[in-house]
Amino acid sequence: MNRVSEINSLQYDAAQCIGCGLCVDVCPHGVFAMNGRLARLVRPAACMECGACQKNCPVGALWVDSGTGCASAMIRAALSGKKEAKPT
Amino acid sequence: MNIACRPTTGVITFANRWDHFLARAGVNRMARRVEPGLYGLGKPTAQTLVVVTANYRLSFDALRAALNGTDAYILVLNTQGINVWCAAGEGTFGTDELVRQVEAAALAEVVNHRVLILPQLGAPGVAAHEVKKRTGFKVEYGPVRAADLPAYLKTRQATPEMRRVRFTLADRMTVALVDILKPLPLMALVAVVLYFLGGPLPALAVILATLAATALFPALLPWLPTREFSTKGFILGGVVALPLALAALGNPPALGWLPLARAAMYLLAVPPAVAYLALLFTGSTTFTSRAGVRREIFAYIPVMAWMFGAGVVLALVVFAAQFWGGRA
Repeated sequence: MNRVSEINSLQYDAAQCIGCGLCVDVCPHGVFAMNGRLARLVRPAACMECGACQKNCPVGALWVDSGTGCASAMIRAALSGKKEAKPT
Repeated sequence: MNIACRPTTGVITFANRWDHFLARAGVNRMARRVEPGLYGLGKPTAQTLVVVTANYRLSFDALRAALNGTDAYILVLNTQGINVWCAAGEGTFGTDELVRQVEAAALAEVVNHRVLILPQLGAPGVAAHEVKKRTGFKVEYGPVRAADLPAYLKTRQATPEMRRVRFTLADRMTVALVDILKPLPLMALVAVVLYFLGGPLPALAVILATLAATALFPALLPWLPTREFSTKGFILGGVVALPLALAALGNPPALGWLPLARAAMYLLAVPPAVAYLALLFTGSTTFTSRAGVRREIFAYIPVMAWMFGAGVVLALVVFAAQFWGGRA
């Protein structure tokens, strides 16, 4: 898979895309658009790593190190040594 | 066959509004829960659509207010009183809980269609294809905002506008309310202590820095230069610190190094304090990524700590000097 932006962890493998369009539906920042029968990245830098696209891609063509971009949660996790909250 | 279906309405009462205010103000947020399970709005039949939400009072009420005047089933997941998006991020608004509630409500017997309409922001926790496999129900992601639901239900198509998360001035100030109210008691205490140690100006500095970080920062967010929250905060803090430093040069009058030290303590302590609180606001926004926030934490927290520490040490020296005869 290819990293699609310098500033986030989103990866996309167009070869696996089946064109269901769910990533376009679930992304809250318009990162994806349909280009014929394939999803295409139109705003990769806007990805906030929420993980909705990865979770709903039925063929695993998308990957992102998802989590919440919340400084207080991350500082709390760092100080207490516990893991940050993460969807399973 | 409505064995486990509770009736509800689309009307928001005064008691509901008071509950919303308390939730926004951060008063006992965990008490604003809705009983999970299936609700019937209006006069639902076996053909009526099923809409899914979290058991946070504001989420449930936004949904039923948007559906006022229509018939609908509302399936409330147990997200422990957390809103849809945050709960989806933590996985509690998730595939397992959705499957559990669909089964608990015997939904397959209540309705004869096989569609669940989910809020789009529930998607980070729910795998639509897995729900289909485990329950036979097809997940359809509706719009981000409940208010767009009536328009969505007419065509069952969300416009790109409905799919995008915004963060308007009104949104920012609404979510900032809890951040503004929470630190007020501590701020008042620190201001009183500083008043007795160093006079009115240090006390004023604490009040201005706190309000700038919690109220002004969210308001000005898109207009502050730079992209990172920390540097935006440093800039805003600098703007607050500058007049304080200028005022400290001449008041109260003193000789030698003392006025300069007083000015320096504001310039050292105020910007990192504002920047730190600004960085914490990332958790309230709708667009910051974990990679971006992590990068900021590593890049700027050490700078903030050193600057703030130096400012506090300098302040103690200044207060001591003023106390033991620095008053000229």
